[in-house]
Amino acid sequence: MSAAAEPILTVDRLSMRFGGLIAVDDVSFVAQRSDITALIGPNGAGKTTVFNCITGFYKPSAGLIRLQHPDGRAYLLERLLNFRVAKVARVARTFQNMRLFAGMTVLENLVVAQHNALMRASAFSFAGLFGLKSYRTAESAALDKAHYWLDRTGLLPRADDPAGSLAYGEQRRLEIARAMCTDPVLLCLDEPAAGLNARESAELNALLKFIRREHGISILLIEHDMSVVMEISDHIVVLDYGVKIADGTPEAIRNDPKVIAAYLGIEDDEVEKVEAEVGL
Amino acid sequence: MEYFVQQLIIGITLGSIYGLIAIGYTMVYGIIGMINFAHGDVFMVGGFIALIAFLALLAIGVTSIPIALFLVLLIAMALTALYGWTVERFAYRPLRHSYRLAPLISAIGMSIILQNYVQIAQGARVKPLPPIVTGSHTLMSSDGFDVELSNIQIIVVLTTVALMVSFSWLVAKTRLGRDMRACEQDLKMASLLGVNIDRTISLTFVIGAALASVAGIMYLLYYGVIDFYIGFVAGVKAFTAAVLGGIGSLPGAMLGGLLIGLIETFWSAYFSIEYKDVAAFSILIVVLIFLPTGILGRPEVEKV
Amino acid sequence: MSNEAARSSRTLPLLPALKDATLSALVACGLFFFMIGLRTEQGSTGALEITTRFETFAMLVALVFAGSFLRTLVFGRGPIPLGRAIPPSLARQVASASRFAAPALLIFALLVPVLFYQNRYLLDLGILVLTYVMLGWGLNIVVGLAGLLDLGYVAFYAVGAYSYALLATHFHLSFWICLPLAGILAAFWGVLLGFPVLRLRGDYLAIVTLAFGEIIRLVLLNWQSFTGGPNGISSIPRPSFFGLPFADAEGSFSWTFGLEYSPTHRVVFLFYLILALALLTNWVTIRLRRLPIGRAWEAMREDEIACRSLGINTTTTKLTAFAIGAMFGGFAGSFFATRQGFISPESFTFGESALVLAIVVLGGMGSQLGVAVAALVMLGGFELFREFQLYRMLVFGFAMVLIMIWRPRGLVSTREPSLYLGERKT
Repeated sequence: MSAAAEPILTVDRLSMRFGGLIAVDDVSFVAQRSDITALIGPNGAGKTTVFNCITGFYKPSAGLIRLQHPDGRAYLLERLLNFRVAKVARVARTFQNMRLFAGMTVLENLVVAQHNALMRASAFSFAGLFGLKSYRTAESAALDKAHYWLDRTGLLPRADDPAGSLAYGEQRRLEIARAMCTDPVLLCLDEPAAGLNARESAELNALLKFIRREHGISILLIEHDMSVVMEISDHIVVLDYGVKIADGTPEAIRNDPKVIAAYLGIEDDEVEKVEAEVGL
Repeated sequence: MEYFVQQLIIGITLGSIYGLIAIGYTMVYGIIGMINFAHGDVFMVGGFIALIAFLALLAIGVTSIPIALFLVLLIAMALTALYGWTVERFAYRPLRHSYRLAPLISAIGMSIILQNYVQIAQGARVKPLPPIVTGSHTLMSSDGFDVELSNIQIIVVLTTVALMVSFSWLVAKTRLGRDMRACEQDLKMASLLGVNIDRTISLTFVIGAALASVAGIMYLLYYGVIDFYIGFVAGVKAFTAAVLGGIGSLPGAMLGGLLIGLIETFWSAYFSIEYKDVAAFSILIVVLIFLPTGILGRPEVEKV
Repeated sequence: MSNEAARSSRTLPLLPALKDATLSALVACGLFFFMIGLRTEQGSTGALEITTRFETFAMLVALVFAGSFLRTLVFGRGPIPLGRAIPPSLARQVASASRFAAPALLIFALLVPVLFYQNRYLLDLGILVLTYVMLGWGLNIVVGLAGLLDLGYVAFYAVGAYSYALLATHFHLSFWICLPLAGILAAFWGVLLGFPVLRLRGDYLAIVTLAFGEIIRLVLLNWQSFTGGPNGISSIPRPSFFGLPFADAEGSFSWTFGLEYSPTHRVVFLFYLILALALLTNWVTIRLRRLPIGRAWEAMREDEIACRSLGINTTTTKLTAFAIGAMFGGFAGSFFATRQGFISPESFTFGESALVLAIVVLGGMGSQLGVAVAALVMLGGFELFREFQLYRMLVFGFAMVLIMIWRPRGLVSTREPSLYLGERKT
């Protein structure tokens, strides 16, 4: 799918242990630039842990996570601490259980996302305190960007309402819009389609394709909804019990017996039997 | 050497009192994850009830000290437990699903209420009580310096040990203890499995308050004075003890209590008595910053 | 809930109400018998004696009985639906009324010295209330906007007061030089404390700030050679009218303006001084709220993890809130020192922190008007009923608990967005 196969994210032998529990065990995969890469697997497979390692919320026990910007600069994400992954390496994310600023308005949510740019423009509040022109220009640019994403996500009429008052599907879209307002290079979505109905799910697909097509943003997503995954992903990585069991195009994954086994819950020895049957 | 041993005895006595209070903090924190800021004041209320009950018993003609003390213990434990129950029922239970700082603010309000309630009801002046338990034993002596072990110190330490043993038994072996441990692991899951959450939490407060009242009695007997303000400083120190030992851990609370008691005593004895509270508060800050899980606590993983 | 309430109002639940009331009364008996029914007093010999107060005890128990009976009768056994019972239309009316209330209050405040020029007592009370309004607004930045529970705010008040007192008595610097210095020093202490502790979780942070406040007080109390210990610092220079002293002498304020000397001049000046300082706090807060830093504070209060995912450095964001709040506490402290002329550690106890926190909590965290009204009601109100002064903190405590139960975001909790996309809706 991608025009030039060039990796944006390289996860190399990533492991994460919590005490005695190994949540992620020696996982490696590559996400190509401008691709939509899906991370799938049964519950408890360690998908969100991988996400938290990539986005700086956990410090991995071992492994390298390399992010390559289009301009050639590279970042080792496991060395950047929490907010720096978003600020410096420009990785944006959403959360499985949504973390909106519920008491603030939809518009404010999107402006907060542009905090770092606005902070610089306001000269760390001094220019802003006295309403200097440079800051007002920056603020209106921020509002324009917010306006753009509100329009794209169909939230324009709700701009001045508290984020907590939105319907569930709208909140999901707002979280994506908020992540996009940070101008990311890589967008990580944790189950964006969870709880959406069929129509909303289709709209989400369109939105993600739009983001990838028009903005050239690479997307990494965790998803349970196979209709979403199979339709929009260019590349799928399958995890089970913290281990990568498959990696490939949707076509290849659909027919991979190991994946089928993991999802249907077949015992290990039976997997071999299944594998033998399909002639692996 | 003698001076050191003497300080050790004082430190252990003080540490026992802090440890008993610390259990209340650590249990409540373990189960509902809140700092019961009013717990120090519950301890103070316990001391006051004991004082009044003791005087009332004397007034109605109970002159035998052991009988009086035993009755005081029963009355103070029962009534302070009732205070603990009321505090939880009134100020904390309605907030169980509120936002995260609400219970703490409510607890601060409750602490203000208890302090001012006692101040209004019993007056702001310190209440002196003549020594009830007297007598002491000289353990060793040299150069005219006697190492004294007083009867009251023996009582304090023995009572603490007895309470700790029975309380550990309660947590480890009884149905209530099992419910408490279940709630500590996962409140929602425990409720799904048929644990009566409200009852368990109530009982946690009741037990914590009863233990604090024993600490209150011992404080009263040991120091012989009490006022409405003792709960604040003792509360902060006991909380420090709970954090130092590892909040949520019962042996940790006792260990932390002993450590805080010893540190405070030795600090006063060898450095400066004026700054003994500064030492305790500084330890609190240092422990929270550098060792937030305490000595025996479990590390917490941030849930994203 | 509304169903249940409706049902219970149709068939009055007399029996359950009676049962609840009896139980509550029994609990009250247990709680109050020793504490209220008996009172310990130091007799003539110095030993404690017991007196009885059974009438008060019986009255309280009866009150609890009646209260509990009525509660179950009216609201049933569920929670009292006070928070949700305020209809949106009423809330909107209150919000629109508050738009007029703020200017009205401001005009009133400006006119107080004119209206009550003869009433020295009221002017002093006004200064006291405004001092707490300022402290409340300063703490509101930390607690209300940034959502950091600071239980040691009084420490910065103390730093400000002692900075002014020491700088003015040792180096004879004027108030107008000391004021910014005191603010900067307080902010510096805020950063010093904040840097290591702001990574902590909310409740731990609260306890650490409390410990810090107590440490500052204890050091002030015990460092005799530097702070004067419990005797404090006296004869702190009083403020001058930008260099013109308030005195009955040549070169004084009244002499320069050809007025007859009156000690009230200074009081009026102090009144306007604290009003100006409070308004400065308010102005800065309102401006900051509409800037990225202010929005980041509020966002952090809502969800810290989300802030981090958006690349916001939460530590420095917290630190700025802490430092700015501390700075205003420092300003208020140096005003306090110059007004009193004497300071001692006694003025900077935890009770003071709790009082300011109570004002912020009651006012509605984040609401500027609410904090001002809370300070006015709580300090001014109790000043008017002096015989109830003893009960002030008790009422504060109950108010804090009840507010948390019924309206955790404070009495005034309509939040004004910091910016709008469309036309401003009214």
